[in-house]
Amino acid sequence: MNRTEECESCPLAGAPPRARVLAIVGPPNSGKSTLFNRLTGLSQKVANYPGVTVEQRTGKVRLGRDREVTLIDLPGIYSLVPCTEDERVAHDVLTGRMPGVPQPDAVIIVLDANVLSRHLMAAAPVLALGLPALVVLNMADELLSRGGQVDTAALSEHLGAPVALVSALRGEGFQAVYDFLEGRLHAGTPRLDRALLGDFPRCRRWAQHLGERAWQPPEPSLWSRRLDGVFLHPLAGPLIFLGVVVAVFQAMFAGARPLMEGLQALIHSSGGWVSALLPPGPLESLVSDGLCGGVGSVLVFLPQILLLFLFLGILEDSGYLARAALIADRTMARVGLQGKSFIPLISAYACAVPAVLATRTIENRRDRIATILIAPLMTCPARLPVYTLIIAAFLPERPLLGPLLGTRAAALLGLYALGLLAAIATARLLKSSILKSERTPFVLELPPYRRPTLRSLGLRLLDRTKIFLRRAGTVILGVTVLLWVLANLPVEDGRRPPIEHSYAGALGRAVEPLIRPLGFDWKIGVGLISSLAAREVIISTLGAIYGLEGDASLTGLQQAVRRDLTPAAALALLVFFAFAMQCISTIAVVRRETGGWKWPAIQFAYLGLLAYGGAFLAYRLAGLLL
Amino acid sequence: MLQLVFNKPARRASAPGASRVPPSALSELPEGAQGIIERLDLPEDVAHRLMALGFLPGVRVRAVRSAPGGDPRVYRIEGTEIALRCETAAQVKLRPPAADDPGE
Repeated sequence: MNRTEECESCPLAGAPPRARVLAIVGPPNSGKSTLFNRLTGLSQKVANYPGVTVEQRTGKVRLGRDREVTLIDLPGIYSLVPCTEDERVAHDVLTGRMPGVPQPDAVIIVLDANVLSRHLMAAAPVLALGLPALVVLNMADELLSRGGQVDTAALSEHLGAPVALVSALRGEGFQAVYDFLEGRLHAGTPRLDRALLGDFPRCRRWAQHLGERAWQPPEPSLWSRRLDGVFLHPLAGPLIFLGVVVAVFQAMFAGARPLMEGLQALIHSSGGWVSALLPPGPLESLVSDGLCGGVGSVLVFLPQILLLFLFLGILEDSGYLARAALIADRTMARVGLQGKSFIPLISAYACAVPAVLATRTIENRRDRIATILIAPLMTCPARLPVYTLIIAAFLPERPLLGPLLGTRAAALLGLYALGLLAAIATARLLKSSILKSERTPFVLELPPYRRPTLRSLGLRLLDRTKIFLRRAGTVILGVTVLLWVLANLPVEDGRRPPIEHSYAGALGRAVEPLIRPLGFDWKIGVGLISSLAAREVIISTLGAIYGLEGDASLTGLQQAVRRDLTPAAALALLVFFAFAMQCISTIAVVRRETGGWKWPAIQFAYLGLLAYGGAFLAYRLAGLLL
Repeated sequence: MLQLVFNKPARRASAPGASRVPPSALSELPEGAQGIIERLDLPEDVAHRLMALGFLPGVRVRAVRSAPGGDPRVYRIEGTEIALRCETAAQVKLRPPAADDPGE
């Protein structure tokens, strides 16, 4: 892009400057998102699993001297036949039928050079649209290191479009891409026999023929097969899967601890420092009790949540998650779902919102709805603060399996299992009643194992931190301040009222009869009401409520809940949080994805009943046993 | 072959009255063996999905391994590994492996 202008054929020469719009399209797992990130510098979720990009994203590429082009990253598609939601999106954008998205001036077709013959089939319908196209053969480094070869000149001649061999991961071979972005690279319009398009076998033969002429397929990588021999071994495979899960939990609990304690000390001392600067009064109380005691007590959990995402990211980027889906398919089939539901459900452990979006790869609508309905039962990190607080307050840490597994990690694992079991039972019930359907075929591509890059993991964690801080700064802060106000009104004799007499106290007392059967008092009641917005808000609420009575630090909170809850009620609270749908964002995304209020309403109601019933049972049973 | 014992038994035995051996199904291909696809007896949407992935008449496919428990199984086609449940693979019919030169 630092060449001098030598393009007489440039269509933009002399024309008024208009931002070019280009779309990136290609089959799943061909590295579109990596290319997109490399070009735009934007962070976008990149994962080594087919079907991760579920919404198209837009970014700008700077081409020096304040010229830029707009790039649209489309979801991965195998064809332009609108079979899945992803394919419909890609089709509509490319043909200019997507409202609000301009029709692209040109298109970059990204193909995995390692499976070129197959990926050419996905290129054919895009080339046939007649837009100026650049064919990018990605993962050149892998192709060459595994002994494959490609003749780009021959391929370019047959496709009637320029062909670039690149490695998006390493940033190699990008000169041609930049030339194309600038509109400097032209090879006429693609020529392609339109009769190919409707005829899959013919199209396939065309692709295979072309592949034979211009492409030497790579040798299958030996170590990828060896790894599969271990990870999919009939005995070792499931054991390793379990081992990985246990290790992640133990590391989350034990490994995050020093970080959390450090952050806690930092927040506590900075809170004390700020409140020392302020004159004593309502403002000082808002800062020290409301902000530090409330929002601060949620911020402490950031290291734990980031650790979870680090592990999930490693599993996803390395390609192991696809193997996990394969191992899980048999079990999923037994409850009437398929292995493809497993990936959204695994993502739901990170957050239900992307999980609901990821269900778009499921072709069968009933399977899709069933997966959406059970997704919130997967334990998302917003529950971790509650789980951690209660477990740490009531369960002493003792080794169970030597240093491998402690009681607290085991309890946490048990809560994850509880959510999973409830999800399985619900899925079974749904699939044998209101969402009954034909069994849908399970087709899963196993990507080669790849080493997760620090760049991709780093971007992912940065994204997560931003989302968490935004949440802490908006929903959690808002609810916390509101509760602080409710807890400080009405003013009695010019002073704040005892918490029992405040509006917050009155609110809690109003719901107390309803939650008394679960062993909760009015303080937990206030927490439950506030946590309807987001689960972790209960921590900041309790922090604020107990903060009004004194020490709001983490251990202070633990002591306070130990004082107010019996062990049976603590268990009931855990069960309640395992099941209840306390998340505005999830409700909103389910409404958007299912196209109405029907399914989110059903979902909220059944999860609420499950939570109440489960908590009641837990309270009664534990009361009998303890 | 011993591996055949562990695979799902064929739903129906040889078709009565057929003069030549009916094509065996992909699901019956022993692990490590190769076959050439003859046809896909699947609903159109499923067939198209598999075709897009490379499951087409004349294309060579190898059974690579199975998931723990034996189902789904992993097949290698054109350098890519793809997992299918046995119920789906049973509807992908193979040419008898005797005609053993590259298809098409």
